[in-house]
Amino acid sequence: MGGLSVVFWKEMADYFGSRRFIILFLLICGIGAAAVYIAGQTIASELARVPSEYAFLTLFTSHGRTLPSFVSFLGFFGPLIGIILGFDAVNSEYSRGTISRVLAQPLFRDSWINGKFLAGLATAAIMLVSIILIITGLGFRMLGFGPGGEELSRLAVFFVISVIYVGFWLSLGILFSVLLRRTTNSALACIAVWIFFAFFMFMIAGVIADQVAPIGPKSSTEVLARHEHIKDMIMRVSPTTLFGEAASAILIPSFRGLGLIASLLEAEIPTNPLSLGQSLLIVWPQLVTLIGLIAICFAISYVIFMRQEIRST
Amino acid sequence: MSLVVETKNLSKHYNDVKAVDNLNLQINEGEIYGFLGPNGAGKTTTILMLLGLTEPTSGEVRVFGYNSTREPLKVKRITGYLPENVGFYEDLTARENLRYIARLNRIPDKESKRKIEEVLSKVGLLEVADREVSKFSRGMKQRLGIADVLIKDPKFVILDEPTAGIDPEGAHQILEFIAKMSREQGITILISSHLLHQVQRICDRVGIISKGKLVAQGTVDKLGTEIVSKGQTMLEVQVSELTPKLLEAIKQIEGVNEVTSSGNLLRLRCTRDLRAEISRTIWENGGFLLGLRSQDYTLEEIYLRYFRE
Repeated sequence: MGGLSVVFWKEMADYFGSRRFIILFLLICGIGAAAVYIAGQTIASELARVPSEYAFLTLFTSHGRTLPSFVSFLGFFGPLIGIILGFDAVNSEYSRGTISRVLAQPLFRDSWINGKFLAGLATAAIMLVSIILIITGLGFRMLGFGPGGEELSRLAVFFVISVIYVGFWLSLGILFSVLLRRTTNSALACIAVWIFFAFFMFMIAGVIADQVAPIGPKSSTEVLARHEHIKDMIMRVSPTTLFGEAASAILIPSFRGLGLIASLLEAEIPTNPLSLGQSLLIVWPQLVTLIGLIAICFAISYVIFMRQEIRST
Repeated sequence: MSLVVETKNLSKHYNDVKAVDNLNLQINEGEIYGFLGPNGAGKTTTILMLLGLTEPTSGEVRVFGYNSTREPLKVKRITGYLPENVGFYEDLTARENLRYIARLNRIPDKESKRKIEEVLSKVGLLEVADREVSKFSRGMKQRLGIADVLIKDPKFVILDEPTAGIDPEGAHQILEFIAKMSREQGITILISSHLLHQVQRICDRVGIISKGKLVAQGTVDKLGTEIVSKGQTMLEVQVSELTPKLLEAIKQIEGVNEVTSSGNLLRLRCTRDLRAEISRTIWENGGFLLGLRSQDYTLEEIYLRYFRE
């Protein structure tokens, strides 16, 4: 384990000292704070009319007129954090010629790659916790009250979900950095996957659902439900959708389920909030799938890396 | 004398290509062994197998009695390796780079602090210890690489092409340093190189590898005399004017096997020392002898001979 912690601390120090990390961090903090600021203004005026039990959490999920909500914003840019932390983890060591020097030291190969992954995950976690804290502080000031006990624990769960989500993109980045020898190629491959899941999945799901269960103005409710269901299931291939669903269910206590039921909420049918345990039950499958995806990506990169020949030229 | 490195029928195949083919290598304790061969002969592959960074297809490697394939960590603990094209973390300073390696070797920070000063001053980089490695020249990086190898007090050091891409003076310095390191600390050293004339000066023994096979092994002198016994002496002759008549006369001298000429320069391959006969022949044919040099048996020739075969 000694080797792992040495690698871990070295990689952490590298991340926090690197320019691209600082730029990314400032950018995401800035946009996140802006999203919440706009949302806060809307909430503050609404709260004057209808007081709500979980007002503080709506800061994260409601969107202003010009900016998307913080959750959907994280759904878009969370991948970027993971990819930037992971895309050149292994192949840059090949191209710099440092890998053969480091692996000639008494250090297990798996300690090295595990140390890198854990350092990336810890960096992402620190980044996310600071963004969430900044937003909480900002919300405190704008709304004039802080989160309650239940809200705090929901925020903690939301934090864990975000780390898992970013962790998936990190492991995907590491996978490409093991598979492809050039850092530019691995970066492009990661971004391609990100764009596919974030933008195209939505269109593909729509097209397939239209083919399987075509709907028109006179369609019955069953057909409509089936159409929506198929679309949802296809969308759930994308980690971005999984994260969006999980985060919404945790941050909006009145969420009773996903898919069609979620639209009850949009129709403003009043529902009673669920307890945290119940909300967790709803998103359990989403969480397990995300963790499974991390495990798959990391296992593949691990196996390939362990068999790779360490030659820097 | 005990063996530091021993390989038994070591082979490594990449698909159909035999990168290393039944290699039997033995390196004694305390010697500098020159591992020579052209690019792609299998030198680096052999080194990777010595360190357990690549698995052999068949055969066995032992370093200090440890099986490199099964106990790589034990081998790596006592072996220093300077890879070809050594790389450092460019945005860290020389000192930080060395500290990372020291930590990976579980040298406590207190001890490594002193150790880093010591090795940096040995390779003459103490003044630039806190400068980022990205500002280092190639020669400086190579010296830092040697410092990096020394930090763990190795008993055996592998240097892969340590002088490649470095100016002659820098290469000379590095080789002197390697020789000193072996003499003073009794470290066994394996130098792989394709630049023979540089390396032969400091090697106790050399092994020549070609197409994955060890084609010759021994001291430089021994390999040289082997060639002499085959009746080969090289002479380089410079004359004032090379007339066809003169060329014909030289070819007629008994014992001259092969003549190649370029301008006024002749290269002769003879069975024995014919310097006296040659100078007389030139004089008799109305020419002047401007230069005459019998070539020593440099590894270069030994080497070229083996590759021609």
